[in-house]
Amino acid sequence: MTGADKQGVPGRPAEAVPVPAPRAAQPPRRTRIVLAEVSRSASRADRTRSELTQQTRVGEALVQGLVRAQLALALRLSLLVLIGLGGLPWLFAIAPALGRTTVLGINLPWLLLGVAAFPFLIGVGWAYVRLAERNEQDFTDLVQRPEH
Amino acid sequence: MGNPYVVPAIVAVTLVTVGIGFYGLRLARTTSDFLVASRAVSPTWNAAAIGGEYLSAASFLGVAGLILKYGVDVLWYPVGFAAGYLALLLFVAAPLRRSGAFTLPDFCEVRLGSRRLRKLATVFVIFIGWLYLVPQLQGAGLTLSTVAGSPYPVGALLVAVVVTANVALGGMRAITFVQAFQYWLKLTALAVPAIFLALQWQADARPAVTPPDGPAFRAATTVVVEHRATLTFPDGGVREVRPGDRLDFATGDPVPQVSGTAIDATDWLLPATAGKDDQGLFGTYSLILATFLGTMGLPHVLVRFYTNPDGAAARRTTLVVLALVGLFYLLPTIYGVLGRIYTPQLLVTGQTDAVVVLLPEAALGHGPAARLLAALVAAGAFAAFLSTASGLLTSVAGVISTDVLGRGSVRGFQLATVIAGGVPAVLALNVSGLDVSEVVGLAFAVAASSFCPLLVLGIWWRGLTDLGAAAGVLVGGGAAIGAVLLTVLGPPLTGWPATLTTQPAAWTVPLAFTVMVAVSMATRRRLPADVGVTMLRLHTPEALRL
Repeated sequence: MTGADKQGVPGRPAEAVPVPAPRAAQPPRRTRIVLAEVSRSASRADRTRSELTQQTRVGEALVQGLVRAQLALALRLSLLVLIGLGGLPWLFAIAPALGRTTVLGINLPWLLLGVAAFPFLIGVGWAYVRLAERNEQDFTDLVQRPEH
Repeated sequence: MGNPYVVPAIVAVTLVTVGIGFYGLRLARTTSDFLVASRAVSPTWNAAAIGGEYLSAASFLGVAGLILKYGVDVLWYPVGFAAGYLALLLFVAAPLRRSGAFTLPDFCEVRLGSRRLRKLATVFVIFIGWLYLVPQLQGAGLTLSTVAGSPYPVGALLVAVVVTANVALGGMRAITFVQAFQYWLKLTALAVPAIFLALQWQADARPAVTPPDGPAFRAATTVVVEHRATLTFPDGGVREVRPGDRLDFATGDPVPQVSGTAIDATDWLLPATAGKDDQGLFGTYSLILATFLGTMGLPHVLVRFYTNPDGAAARRTTLVVLALVGLFYLLPTIYGVLGRIYTPQLLVTGQTDAVVVLLPEAALGHGPAARLLAALVAAGAFAAFLSTASGLLTSVAGVISTDVLGRGSVRGFQLATVIAGGVPAVLALNVSGLDVSEVVGLAFAVAASSFCPLLVLGIWWRGLTDLGAAAGVLVGGGAAIGAVLLTVLGPPLTGWPATLTTQPAAWTVPLAFTVMVAVSMATRRRLPADVGVTMLRLHTPEALRL
């Protein structure tokens, strides 16, 4: 694909930015691709940004998508904690034998609540930070992506 | 008690706190410096500072005392205190930072644009702050009277005065350094003696924590009773004791069973079971809900998030806090468990909150090394009172100076600090008999039933209206406050009414959420016009610079 092809994508008259026109003597490809790509992606991102800030339908949908993704992530991880930790009192209540089980001479409930709960919480938190940042990165890419 | 190192250790902690305060004071120039440390605090410092501020008298003394008294079921306190940061991380941290709100009342105004809601939030911030400050001062009074024999008001007033002066003069810039230092001090003060205690337990041929005949005195002990109780002796004898009664026990005597504590080995060792202990199970779930959801609504915790540069940093800071706090909470359990062996007399006196301070000398003897360790623990306990009280005072004073006095000046902040510190000091002098952790638990319950729904729905649900938010806070938070007042001031209750008022979160939190959603749906016309813009700001990464 040459630079000339790219600039000639149909339906993009607005992208025909005045480019310091290279003369035939110069290698046309390099100059044109670079300049056309830069100006196009910038203006695409600008447009998406103004969709966001001006609360158009598209912008609203974009933000709602992000909010839903983040909320779903937070809810999934809280469900994990709810089952993993919140299930324990119930489990101990209906299965008293579990409370009497000892590991290394220590009763299981003491080990689970006194020690294991903390690395578990930290692990969930670490996973959340990673996944939430990925959601945000996806959103940023979506906004800044040049449309194809 | 005659430990010559304790008073110098406490004085040193206090001096270092004030010293760092003055070092920070030289850096504080403008009102902005004063209130939010100019947002120039690095995430690691900030995380240690949040941890330092958060680990209060309840964490340092109360948790171990509760474990000594009630056993496995109260392990949910430390788990919940740590898990609160996970809830904060998942639902609140980054959006709250992006909202630009500095306090909870600020958040109400940013999100819902209502001045009246702001006033309501102010009232709740002050109430929760004071409810949380009183047990800190109380813990100080208790510790100083236990380790140095001073009258109870001395410790309480000492902490109140030091903290008020320090906050009024140094502001938050100073507090950040003080708090970060105090996190590490508190961790050291529990961790180092814990190692020696564990070694001593090994050297004593690992005495059983729950011997088949129940706990017994390892040395001849004279117990002076401090709370009314009914004692049941192993031979079947029952005796009513009153404060001031003296009881003598010889070496090897079994510890009498005290009404209201889980002295029985199986009760202490094993979790509540279904059928015979449904109230216990309800209490456990209520506690879980209060601590998991209450942390995000504590005024001194939220203020810290403003000092992060952006939302992503707020998230990472919260994760570090979770790790630091989790590390700390491994330790109180050790004290509570070993307290069963070395300080069983506390079960009879009812002063279980003192176990952390008394255990080093009780287990390791009265040699210089043991006394130094005891002094280290006492210093750590003082760090706990000073740091949490400073953080609470800073946020309560901030709210009073901007929302009640209506001034943004440094002078206004100083006046507000004196007001904010004076009231709980007076309260603390009049309520010496309350259980430290219980009061803190109630503060969590109030926060979980008022600010938690407000924050979570405000951040994630576009449909929240100002009226809905106000109704939810009033009904849910009001119900929780009612339960608190009934517990603290009302007649002693038994059975289900007692469970429902001492652990109210399991019904007040769902109530607050339900009312908030229902009233918001009914007043849909009052939806703020700019809700879309606000949501955009709360949730989009700063990198986009919209």
